Amino acid sequence: MSESKRLPPQFGEWIDRGSPVRFTFEGAACEGFAGDTVSSALHAGGALMLGRSFKYHRPRGVHSLANHDVNAMFEDGTDTNIRADVTAVRDGAEYRAVNTVGGLANDRLRIMDAFSRFLPVGFYYKTFHRPMSLFPFWERQLRSAAGLGKIDGNHKRNRTPKRYDWCDVLVIGAGPSGLSAAIAAARAGASVVCVDENARPGGTLSYAYGSEPAAQGRLDELLKAAASLPNLSIRCNTLAAGYYADHWVALVDGGKMTKMRTRAVVFAQGAAEQPSVFRHNDLPGVMLASGAQRLLRRYSVRPFESPLVVTANADGYRAALDFASIGIHVAGIVDLRPDGEPSDLDERVKAAHITIHHGQAVYEAVPRDGLVGIKAAVVCPLDKQGELDTDDGLTIACDGIAMSVGWAGADGLLYQAGGRMKYSDEFEQFVPETMPAGVFAAGRVNGVFALDQKLIDGERAGLSAAKYLGLSSPSTLPEARRGPRSTHPYPIFYHPKGKAFIDLDEDVQLKDLVNAETEGFDNIELLKRYTTFGMGPSQGKIANANTVRVLARLRKQSVGETGVPTSRPFWHPVRMDALAGRGFHPHRHTPMHSFHESHGAVFMLAGDWQRPAYYARPGRSREECITTEVEAVRHQVGMIDVGTLGKIEISGPDAGAFLERIYTGRFTNLKVGSTRYALMCDESGVVIDDGVVARLGEDRFYATTTTSAAASVYREMQRYAIVWGMNLTLVNATGLYGGMNLAGPFARRVLQPLTDIDASETAFPYMGMREGTLADVPARFLRVGFVGELGYEVHVPANCAKHAWDALVSAGGAFGIRPFGVEAQRVLRLEKGHAIVSQDTDGLTNPFEAGMEWAIKDDKPFFIGQRSLRIIKKRPIARRLVAFSLGAGYHGNMPKECHLVIDHGKIIGRVTSIAISPTLHEPIGLAFMPAEKAAVGTPFSIRIDDGEMVAARVVKAPFYDPHAARQKM
Amino acid sequence: MPLKLLKFGLSGKYAEPRMFRTPEKMRDTYDLVIIGAGGHGLAAAYHLAKDYGMTNIAVLDKGYIGGGNTGRNTAIVRSNYLTPEGVEFYKESVRLFSQLSTELDLNLFYTERGHFTLAHSDASLRTMRWRAEVNKHLDVNSEVIGPREISKLCPYMDLSCGGHAPVVGALWHPPGSIIRHDAVAWGYAREACRRGVEIFQKTAVTGIDIVDGQVTGVQTSRGPIKARRVLSAVAGYTPRITKMVGIRTPIVIQPLQACVTEPLKPWLDQIVVSASLHIYVSQSSRGELVMGASLDPYELHSERSTLDFVEGLVDHLLDLFPFLGNVKVNRQWAGMSDMTPDYSPIMGTTPIKGFYLDTGWGTWGFKATAVCGTTMAYTVAQDDDHHLIRPFNLSRFGDYTLVGEKGAASVGH
Repeated sequence: MSESKRLPPQFGEWIDRGSPVRFTFEGAACEGFAGDTVSSALHAGGALMLGRSFKYHRPRGVHSLANHDVNAMFEDGTDTNIRADVTAVRDGAEYRAVNTVGGLANDRLRIMDAFSRFLPVGFYYKTFHRPMSLFPFWERQLRSAAGLGKIDGNHKRNRTPKRYDWCDVLVIGAGPSGLSAAIAAARAGASVVCVDENARPGGTLSYAYGSEPAAQGRLDELLKAAASLPNLSIRCNTLAAGYYADHWVALVDGGKMTKMRTRAVVFAQGAAEQPSVFRHNDLPGVMLASGAQRLLRRYSVRPFESPLVVTANADGYRAALDFASIGIHVAGIVDLRPDGEPSDLDERVKAAHITIHHGQAVYEAVPRDGLVGIKAAVVCPLDKQGELDTDDGLTIACDGIAMSVGWAGADGLLYQAGGRMKYSDEFEQFVPETMPAGVFAAGRVNGVFALDQKLIDGERAGLSAAKYLGLSSPSTLPEARRGPRSTHPYPIFYHPKGKAFIDLDEDVQLKDLVNAETEGFDNIELLKRYTTFGMGPSQGKIANANTVRVLARLRKQSVGETGVPTSRPFWHPVRMDALAGRGFHPHRHTPMHSFHESHGAVFMLAGDWQRPAYYARPGRSREECITTEVEAVRHQVGMIDVGTLGKIEISGPDAGAFLERIYTGRFTNLKVGSTRYALMCDESGVVIDDGVVARLGEDRFYATTTTSAAASVYREMQRYAIVWGMNLTLVNATGLYGGMNLAGPFARRVLQPLTDIDASETAFPYMGMREGTLADVPARFLRVGFVGELGYEVHVPANCAKHAWDALVSAGGAFGIRPFGVEAQRVLRLEKGHAIVSQDTDGLTNPFEAGMEWAIKDDKPFFIGQRSLRIIKKRPIARRLVAFSLGAGYHGNMPKECHLVIDHGKIIGRVTSIAISPTLHEPIGLAFMPAEKAAVGTPFSIRIDDGEMVAARVVKAPFYDPHAARQKM
Repeated sequence: MPLKLLKFGLSGKYAEPRMFRTPEKMRDTYDLVIIGAGGHGLAAAYHLAKDYGMTNIAVLDKGYIGGGNTGRNTAIVRSNYLTPEGVEFYKESVRLFSQLSTELDLNLFYTERGHFTLAHSDASLRTMRWRAEVNKHLDVNSEVIGPREISKLCPYMDLSCGGHAPVVGALWHPPGSIIRHDAVAWGYAREACRRGVEIFQKTAVTGIDIVDGQVTGVQTSRGPIKARRVLSAVAGYTPRITKMVGIRTPIVIQPLQACVTEPLKPWLDQIVVSASLHIYVSQSSRGELVMGASLDPYELHSERSTLDFVEGLVDHLLDLFPFLGNVKVNRQWAGMSDMTPDYSPIMGTTPIKGFYLDTGWGTWGFKATAVCGTTMAYTVAQDDDHHLIRPFNLSRFGDYTLVGEKGAASVGH
């Protein structure tokens, strides 16, 4: 490292000289100050080369120092793809450049630069595929050469909270225009938030106007005015990452995201300085003038010792004066404009003894050995057509080139917000044409470049936003002048030897664009996809504008006609942990969860719910435990937690009619105090859910749904209630009630002593519904029988459910009560031949196939799926859900659910449920079979794992208690 | 170094011959007009020219070549579908894709990565087994594997999923591949053009002429064309096209979004899909993680991006790969999906004579590009549905012979 390039302290610098920071870069000890970015500290220490390029591994250094390029991408052992130009340097950090082999200085892949002529645009599309058998080898080589940083598999997820926020006016950009807009809007009474991605406010005022006495103190005035307004807050280090519909803006502050809903937005992000394109324009030492000035004014670092300034606007002159003011010898100004700078800056530059070359441009930079920096520039005259006369070159010694040939508005979010832009030939920039409601632009993004005019334009935008919000504002708004023209129409110069770079991220050269256009990639999006310009991490911030100019010229059309690539979020990439936030995952527990836990429940996930699959007992296998639970229900009494079922209350004059439209059955004739099975189909007649509907009163119904469909059924009911305009109210009561199903021959004897209802068969028959109390708790009782025994499903308010459950468990002790889980329930219902919707049905199953046609009542004017079912009913049924058995003697390998039924080498069906029945002591199941092979007694073959065929036979369902006597006891 | 690179380097002038021509003028009459210069339309054009000698074809696009969903998808090719009809069809597509670089003499970067569909519950494991069984029966390499085997193949995955929804198994499909999607369209376009097909970009279709149930011509933003055959191979605009000929499809348009991270050195070889977590992710040859999630749950004709999409996606991705928290998402985008009720496409002949459909491609269209080319070319040339696409004819919605692929769509819908 060479001597320090740090300047003496100066007013307005962003570093804190009292807080030194020590770190390493590529293993070497470095230092800087708090407030430095990693790049500024390194440049101050004399490190010119900060990275290697993506493809050719060329040395790269500070270019924009504004996150408009990614020349300096580091990793520090924890994070990767760190943007060193804008990341605060961290004490103790160990930085390395990404994407090198063997370190930055001796990167073994630097040889790629010499091979670049063999790697023209799109080369990888044209080779490596003959023979195809070798391609996997080449692909591995190319893959490992691609990519930037390495992931760290041990990196810990940072769970940062996300925040919601709102304001009247969000101003994006705290430069002169943005601050002026924010102040104006706040003075008009709006609550204003002004964000800026930089560490401090000021924008161009913090670096560009060092040579302008009139600009001194302007920033302080603005900040003072802002500070006096309690309804204005300025947030620095805050990136407006993306604009989304309805003024919803993602703000990212370090690792945290704030979702800002604002009523109006002022876009004042300024502009990104654009490079001139010439040979070796990418090397360390070739900088954007604004990048050099950022180094100089914000971090007090000498960007170079003897730079040449190439310019086409006043900003270049200001930069030259800036350099001269701190004693840098300016090797000259090369002004692309034949007439030079019209303002008094021309005089001031001459007074500073800086030579100006009018009507000239830089043709190439002359590299130092190893390409680490430059030693001269070749300057040639421009003719009237904008062509360089390369025979008349003048070589000027310099150690850097500061480029100030034009700007492109930082208008990414403005496009996302729906702003329509048009190309202004006068200013050689896209400027806003029409804006959506509540969207305003100010400053350079609006084509306004002069400082005094930017302040006016900001005020205009702030007042316009206030006016839009209905706040008082003057009847005539101030009006700013656009300009002066600060952008050259074509600062792009071909060199036969190439290495004139358009996109630094992707190592796209000027000749690549020319070749791609010749090959037919002649509109901007195709050109982008083929050359990959603008696809790198900086998303073309300093590549797109020049590319459009090149394509426009090649196509002999205007820049406006050529257009720009679509702008998409994000403006700068956003860390995933900021987007993910704390990572909330709903886990739902029923009120009985603690009971399940303390009784050894093994849980399974059902949507967000945790349900006991079965209750484990020491020394017993899973199968034994399930069998025990099944036997308890069949012979004594068992109880399952059914609180996860969807529960929806429907009330109002149209409630019954509504349910008849939703479900296939009839409900207007359901008696109060009764329940009925409810089957739901979609419009194509496919079974999508089932449950039970109980009538609580004339206009009040209570419906249950399956656990998994609870949310979607409620959502669809809401939607239909609105679509059909029916008079009813829906309440999603899923979480309001706990539920338990008490089942088994002793169920009534357990229940009766605890309730005030008469639980007898005559007073409360099967399919009845009663409201009463259970253990002094209000309860709804439904006599349903999914498992095929005498059963009571009891729903009680969730906060009392555990009490009720405990009371039943304790009362059932004398009868051998046992809690049972989902697995036992699956076996029990299978023995009864009941299908589970979505397990025994699939995405195309209609009720006829599933044997559920009895649940369809077609004698009503309409229900969802009715038209389809009427058509389907007239056609032959293709397949049926049948019950089958492997026979009592079967002890071989068990088929699994979804194993296929194979007949003569063809798939003819599949197993949907299977279990060894503890009651019947044989493997039983349900399967889809072709209708012609669905008759009881038909043999068929199931192919199981490893291709073994297992013989099965269609049997009559249900397997157990065919006359359903046990549930009506 | 391959010889061709040496040739590029040593010859002074590089530019290769033009890939696509842009004719100055449209002819008055074409034998066939293809609406949509995406992969599907161009593949059909290519195969018509190559296999059936039909070259008087105009391919029209209101945007640019491959600018619709061909350029917006996540470039995954696989055949692990659920229905036998689907598996047969996509199996042929995978076969064609695997040879396509050679066929088109353009390196499409077709790379077999292997494809995981993760199961987080018994229920999803059941569907995986169903798919695996159907796949194996039809000679497609798929199997259900357990957590240990998943870890062996992809050691970076946190199978506990942060404790939220542990991975209990996966459908493992070794032939699952990724490919350079844009290049697929370019390759077909180049080879079609070489055979005389004409492509007109920035040319919108505004109407289709029909006389007595027979297509007679197309109205375009550049003027009318006479043609007795029209193939619609568009996405997002199918209802507008079918309205022009007066037929109805059950298609609704829903947005599907995706995003990419900054480039990283290669670490993820496989394609990972989880329907429960609503994510799919693979790492491109450039090093970016290419990620998608479920469809936006509403009908919308828009290519806008939403913040909640990327928030939700990343949240779930970090459950599976918690160390990616410091990796940055670079860009997000959206496409429009033509959704059908059974999650299968609508292809082939229609009640209008001379009007053919290749549509309803929902979220699964790119991976069918190659087989759509051959089958639609057959269908148009013979005016008869190719046997592989017969199950996908529009008439199935009237006949209730749907082809239910919902269970095999890569993410929840």
